[in-house]
Amino acid sequence: MSEGKLVAIIGDSDTVSGFLLAGCGHRTPSSTNFLVVDPETPLSRVEECFADLTTRSDVGIILINQHVANTIRHVLSRYNEVVPTVLEIPSKDHPYDPEKDYIMQRVNMYLGAGQE
Amino acid sequence: MSDKPPPTRMNQQVFKGKKKAAVGGFRLLKKKADALKAKFRDYAKAIAETKGTMADDTKDAFFSLTQAEYAAGDFKKAVLEGNMVAQVRVTSAVDNVAGVKLPVFNLQETGAVNDNQTLGLVGGGKKIQASRDRFGLVLKNLIKLASLQTSFVTLDEAMKVTNRRVNALENVTIPRIEGILSYISRELDELEREDFTRLKKVQAAKEERIKEEQARKDEEAKIAKAELGGYYDDS
Repeated sequence: MSEGKLVAIIGDSDTVSGFLLAGCGHRTPSSTNFLVVDPETPLSRVEECFADLTTRSDVGIILINQHVANTIRHVLSRYNEVVPTVLEIPSKDHPYDPEKDYIMQRVNMYLGAGQE
Repeated sequence: MSDKPPPTRMNQQVFKGKKKAAVGGFRLLKKKADALKAKFRDYAKAIAETKGTMADDTKDAFFSLTQAEYAAGDFKKAVLEGNMVAQVRVTSAVDNVAGVKLPVFNLQETGAVNDNQTLGLVGGGKKIQASRDRFGLVLKNLIKLASLQTSFVTLDEAMKVTNRRVNALENVTIPRIEGILSYISRELDELEREDFTRLKKVQAAKEERIKEEQARKDEEAKIAKAELGGYYDDS
């Protein structure tokens, strides 16, 4: 797409509606660029959605709630493309834990190692 | 080793040139690796900072969303449903650090109008707008963070490759060329010594032959003289 890439969101309803308010949402007859995950959402659905979003060419950034990211950690850790970028964000009910973020682990490792 | 070239002067020159190139390349790559490392550090720090503020920002944003919900009722369903076109997209540009291309995301407003623009008409519109702004701000920061993160990952990869090359040059290529060079000069010296001995031998043989020749000539002369002497004696 010539006009830039989409920001996709996978998260709980608060997160998703917040970012949709900000104007991220994009719905076409065939697909949407967001997924609302509630406790009843099956894991396979999340995995499927993540796989779908990462292979779409019109997605530039994927925002994913950290607690959701933790449930599909096995898929995330296998994902190592540069674009689309996967960003883990905090959610309303789950405080942000930098220890679990892959990138933060790398950053801390590097900064920690650099300070020695 | 079988991969050694024939020890000739020409090959010596060739390998001297190769060594020079390898050392030059090593220096350049080392510089590049250092530049990447410095940049990498900057990015790492920036990510650590941005992630820290991101947590607070999102907390504020969620709070504003809750406020809006309190004022306008449950409007999340309305937000999630309906037709929508992305108002915010990201364009990716390319940043260049020491020859490494880093993707950078920029926020782009498409100017599309969404159904949910009219939300809160019956009440709480202001709160919803505030929440909208909050999330817009968070989104902006997140896009910045995404750029940093992609740069970080790309740099990480580039650094690994560069370091691998630097190490390969330092520990494999240059020692091998040096080994070949020393082998060539050793062989050349050996050849020279051999030549020298051979020359000596040839010279010795020549002298021997000259001496023999001389001796034979002397002998002949003596015989001739003796013969002549006899002749004269006879006369």
